[in-house]
Amino acid sequence: MAEILEFHIKGGDFNLAGKASSKIKKKLIQLGVETSTIKRIVVATYEAELNVVAHAREGKLTAIFEPDSIRIIIADSGPGIEDIDLAMEAGFSTATKKVREMGFGAGMGLPNIRKNTDELEIESKVGVGTRLEMIIYY
Amino acid sequence: MKVVELAEKFGLEIFSGNVGLQKEISGGYVSDLLSDVMGFALENQVWITLQTHQNVIAIASLKDLAAVIIVKGLQPDPETVKHSEEEGIPLLGTDMETFEIAGKIYKEFEI
Ligand SMILES: Nc1ncnc2c1ncn2[C@@H]1O[C@H](COP(=O)(O)OP(=O)(O)OP(=O)(O)O)[C@@H](O)[C@H]1O
Ligand SMILES: [Mg+2]
Repeated sequence: MAEILEFHIKGGDFNLAGKASSKIKKKLIQLGVETSTIKRIVVATYEAELNVVAHAREGKLTAIFEPDSIRIIIADSGPGIEDIDLAMEAGFSTATKKVREMGFGAGMGLPNIRKNTDELEIESKVGVGTRLEMIIYY
Repeated sequence: MKVVELAEKFGLEIFSGNVGLQKEISGGYVSDLLSDVMGFALENQVWITLQTHQNVIAIASLKDLAAVIIVKGLQPDPETVKHSEEEGIPLLGTDMETFEIAGKIYKEFEI
């Protein structure tokens, strides 16, 4: 039986950003997953979590721990992404000035996610929201 | 070199996170872009930055970094200090600019 952890993510709340990723990391350590694999999962999860905080209204992160892999689904309600291919390009960002001043908004999050996942699917509808599903094999 | 030895050698202020001071440093990473650090910093490096908000500690902890050094005499936010205590990540400070402190630390780790 796959174990499941769920987290609510609040858009704009930078204080809590990274909490879900931190709990998932602890769980992976508990499960004895290899360190290099944990590192990849942490990068991908954090960037996806942060994108909800930086760009969307609110979201839900679901982590499904399979025997050989982790599947993470992040679904948000928010502005959505107009051109996913463009958003995937390194350096593309629509982050606000405030977000950029904090050091976010380099346009590196989605490229980081692509680089650290084995499977990645992004669906988005402008004005509705965005859904990422990623799998990383242990 | 341990975090505490680095702090002593370069006169760094220790704001918080003392439990992590005995950690062994593997090198350094310089960036003020958080996704850059997320993607490319390596375990046990010290991270030199001018960012002072608490997401810095969240990232340092997720990446298992050895410590964070805040440059130019900037003061960390109170939440950053609190978070550093909770996570056991040393939060250090210097009046030096990034170029200067990074150069000094680089010399220590040059082979
Ligand atoms: N969940 C989301 N909802 C709406 N737009 C998004 C979402 N995730 C990404 N985007 C869009 O894709 C762009 C690129 O995302 P990416 O994560 O690569 O960079 P960033 O978040 O702007 O900056 P960084 O991740 O480097 O801090 C964003 O600027 C935004 O326009
Ligand atoms: Mg991002």
